[in-house]
Amino acid sequence: MNIAELQKKLLAAARANPPGDRVPYAFEKRVTALLAARAATEPLALWVRGLWRAAVSCAVIALLFGAWAFFNPTASTNADDLSQNFENTLLASVDQSDQAQ
Amino acid sequence: MEPTEADLIAAVLRGDAASFEPLVQRYSPRVFATARRYARRESEVEDIAQEVWLKAFEKLKSFRGEAPFEHWLMRLTVRTCYDFLRGHQRNRESSFSDLTDPENDWLERFVTQPETASENAEAARLLVGRILERLSPQARLVITLLEIEDRSVKEIAQLTGWSVPLVKVRAFRARAEMRKILAKMAMHKYL
Repeated sequence: MNIAELQKKLLAAARANPPGDRVPYAFEKRVTALLAARAATEPLALWVRGLWRAAVSCAVIALLFGAWAFFNPTASTNADDLSQNFENTLLASVDQSDQAQ
Repeated sequence: MEPTEADLIAAVLRGDAASFEPLVQRYSPRVFATARRYARRESEVEDIAQEVWLKAFEKLKSFRGEAPFEHWLMRLTVRTCYDFLRGHQRNRESSFSDLTDPENDWLERFVTQPETASENAEAARLLVGRILERLSPQARLVITLLEIEDRSVKEIAQLTGWSVPLVKVRAFRARAEMRKILAKMAMHKYL
């Protein structure tokens, strides 16, 4: 069988039989109705999309801070212990009143 | 006086969605004819056409009006059809054992007397459809645009978003892929 000739013949067959351009009844109405339905649900969709984006951003930020806290070597030294400093500051007035007594 | 295409597009962009309807009505025949080249079932054709129009509405802001709306829409249609082909590759591995009698007769006639095997025959049309379904999405798109719709390489590049050299490479590969499938079919039939 001559494959090149068969290919030529079949492609000619495809060219000779173009597909129809018939459009289903009221297709344009269906598209317009779909667009209207889409527009109605859009505010909710926007809100949901916004929430998801915010959740993803928060997760990324939390991961970055977590990684920073985990890998930062100065975090474990007592010299700059943030929690201790914070406690000292917070209870400074109590300490002062104790000393005064 | 009937509003022009530019008036309708401007109205849609201002928020008047109803002005989109005449555009859908005017250009749907072309969209459907294109979709029927890539999908066999009518439900699939309708899904493609619907997808094209929903995308067209969403992306209408990107239509700058430098080229006719129809060209812009056809680009969108071809790309949607390509996406459809990529998503529906289930028929590609079907066997040639299920050729119908008219298809077998047409092939027999082609082998014995090639000049009498008419390209206008229904069997030839069905057979070419069967071959095209077995092509990869890229090959099918290129063969359809280049060989069947008789478009130039430059036009195909514009429609698909591929570069001109890429279209040429893909056309070469697509013809080879088609010949391979035809050879496989011939082998299946005569061995």
